[in-house]
Amino acid sequence: MSADRVIQLAHGGGGRLTRELIETEIVPRFGGGPLRGLPDGATLPSPGELLVFTTDSFVVQPLEFPGGNIGDLAVHGTVNDLAVCGGEPKWLSLALIIEEGLPFAVLGRILDSIRAAADACGVTVATGDTKVVARGQGDGLYVNTAGIGLAMPEFALGVNKIREGDCVLVSGTLADHGMAVLSARQNIGFINGPRSDTGPVHRLVLAVRDLGGSVRFMRDPTRGGAATVLNEIVGECELGVLLRERDLPLAPATAAVAEMLGIDPLHVASEGRVILICASEVAPAILKRWRALPEGAGAACLGSVTRDNKGRVVLETLAGGRRLVDVPRGELLPRIC
Amino acid sequence: MKYIDDFRNPEVAAQFVRKIAAQGQALAAQGRRVHIMEVCGSHTMAIGRYGIRPLLPESVELISGPGCPVCVTDPGYIDAALALAGREAIIATFGDMIRVPGSDSDLAACRSQGGDVRVCYSPGAAIDLAKGHPDREVVFLAVGFETTIAPVVCLVEEALRLGVKNLSLLTAFKLVPPALRALLTDPAIRIDAFLCPAHVSAIIGARAYEPIADEFRVPCVISGFEPLDILYGVNGILAQVLNRQAKVENRYARVVRPDGNPKAKARIERYLEPVDAVWRGIGVIPASGLALRSEFSGFDAAKKFAVPVRPGRQQAGCRCGDVIKGKLRPTACALFAKACTPDHPVGPCMVSSEGTCAAYFKYGMPDEKRGDKQ
Amino acid sequence: MCLAVPMKLVEIRPDGKGVAELEGSRHVVDLSLVSDARLGAYLIVHAGYAIEILDQEEAEATLSLFGEIVSEAVSESRIPNASA
Repeated sequence: MSADRVIQLAHGGGGRLTRELIETEIVPRFGGGPLRGLPDGATLPSPGELLVFTTDSFVVQPLEFPGGNIGDLAVHGTVNDLAVCGGEPKWLSLALIIEEGLPFAVLGRILDSIRAAADACGVTVATGDTKVVARGQGDGLYVNTAGIGLAMPEFALGVNKIREGDCVLVSGTLADHGMAVLSARQNIGFINGPRSDTGPVHRLVLAVRDLGGSVRFMRDPTRGGAATVLNEIVGECELGVLLRERDLPLAPATAAVAEMLGIDPLHVASEGRVILICASEVAPAILKRWRALPEGAGAACLGSVTRDNKGRVVLETLAGGRRLVDVPRGELLPRIC
Repeated sequence: MKYIDDFRNPEVAAQFVRKIAAQGQALAAQGRRVHIMEVCGSHTMAIGRYGIRPLLPESVELISGPGCPVCVTDPGYIDAALALAGREAIIATFGDMIRVPGSDSDLAACRSQGGDVRVCYSPGAAIDLAKGHPDREVVFLAVGFETTIAPVVCLVEEALRLGVKNLSLLTAFKLVPPALRALLTDPAIRIDAFLCPAHVSAIIGARAYEPIADEFRVPCVISGFEPLDILYGVNGILAQVLNRQAKVENRYARVVRPDGNPKAKARIERYLEPVDAVWRGIGVIPASGLALRSEFSGFDAAKKFAVPVRPGRQQAGCRCGDVIKGKLRPTACALFAKACTPDHPVGPCMVSSEGTCAAYFKYGMPDEKRGDKQ
Repeated sequence: MCLAVPMKLVEIRPDGKGVAELEGSRHVVDLSLVSDARLGAYLIVHAGYAIEILDQEEAEATLSLFGEIVSEAVSESRIPNASA
């Protein structure tokens, strides 16, 4: 394949070129298992348990960023949504909307990443679709993944399970993905900036399965960051959350870029982290098990659930003061003021 | 982070809070209250971010001033920027300006309707855009105080050196010292001391405040933006107030020099000249703005494209002007958090990243208590 | 209006621009507003421009002062004309 071959509209037309695209790009990477023979739908074994089902679409710019690309982001995003609902991830669907003009080389790299990420997570791409849109209508590539997982009976998650005194844990450093993507954009100009944390969290969830009875709630802090997840939680229950600034885990590069751009890391997405609310008695055990896994190395306790400040997330600052942690408003913009 | 984390040490912060509490008690014992105006929007944000206001004693009131260059910019400026976007110019801007309301619309809305608006971290990116699009005009929205004015004139110098012809500035530069004077001469505003900005001071120098301290008998303490800097600065102001002094004190000596940055000042002087400027909510302050000298009018977007900046229309009920002057706390504005929120801002104080109202909305505790008395 | 952070100057390019670093992240920095910036100096960087060079001696002096404040007894802070 020549280095400058690009996707054409005809690759989405359903004819010869579409067949060629599938044969050269999809089948070699995903053609084993349920996709063999390219049926219109996958027939999967049902073990007779409850299933967890989720979907997500991925529209990131740039498509390739330090630490990952839209492909592994799409795998991890859906694997993680299943995991934080107490599901053991099993199968993914993969839908691609490709803009005319996307180089095959880029597509190839992204598909390779999807394959590698799926293998590493132990999930199978069972079905999928490709479409091509005209130049100018697509931002390069959009990806949708839907995922099916087996519900783990040890977990009975719900915001209504949260109690005063519960601990708010996070499995690692905050904000790496969002800061990596922002600092990789044009007109921002960082060199050697932060790296995305895109990665799977299901092993972290599996690792605490037997403590599931004491786990109240889990969510992955993607778009909108930890502030959004925690505000959503307190918005639904009659409790508050108190975070301690000294305990917020931040990678040095992420903290540095956040300072330079004037952005609050609590507002910034992670793509390989879990926020977990648990009974305080099991917090030490959870942190210990997480820290034993590579993806949980930076696990920390961010704070606790309180009776005060109902419906609000409050930060105890390094200066000893307290301030509100609001949800981010609008897009994440660097500021100079 | 070196020279950053050191200035966020919680143990030192706690000690300063105690010292300030004792100073506050001493003031209260004398039946006095002190109104400190922190001028700079970055101070407003830092004070909010670290929850400093509730740590201060009852006798000390910290008022936010007009140091948010976006907040004091007339909506007509945004209207002019939108008009230029409508003429197919590439509008290069700091992120701070994106959601500031013009008379009818804002840059974010313009962008979603197809306007070519690009957010830059540095003015230098505007040169790259101009070089990368030689067939298009690039207009940089040059808004700011002295700290930002210096880099922007470097942009002009570099454009001249490289022979870049398709770059211009829509300027709304403002100067801090004239604003301080205007505030001090307003009988409706009570200011006992100024917490002076960190990086504006790095450009203009500590001595720039001497005429103000001398004429108006107000302590002017320059402080950095880290929490320890702010507490150290407040501590310095209260010490002066208790000793009935009124002098300039540089408590950010690691960055601010007595005469500031001579290269920056010279460059500003070469390219810009003082003009009267309209400060939203305050009115015209003589010689409080800077504009490109006539020999550089090729870089002046308003002249180049005949799109003058005219006063715009402010939304009814907006009290940003009073907030900027420190006359009104955001929470006392009838629109605050009701009709006026960061999602639906009525005035720039709510949407500017360092607007007073935005800081109160973002960080403000609903039951904000005063600091302990001990 | 003056968001600026101290960044260490790690490289001066042939074109006169600098590269400054904070915790491993680097950004190209315009040096035309500062004189005599040396490698290893800490620059105050605003919007991609160095506006001043941090005076490390003054910084250490201030930190030293803060250290002394912490080692003062709490009771000493009751003196009203404490000048810190």
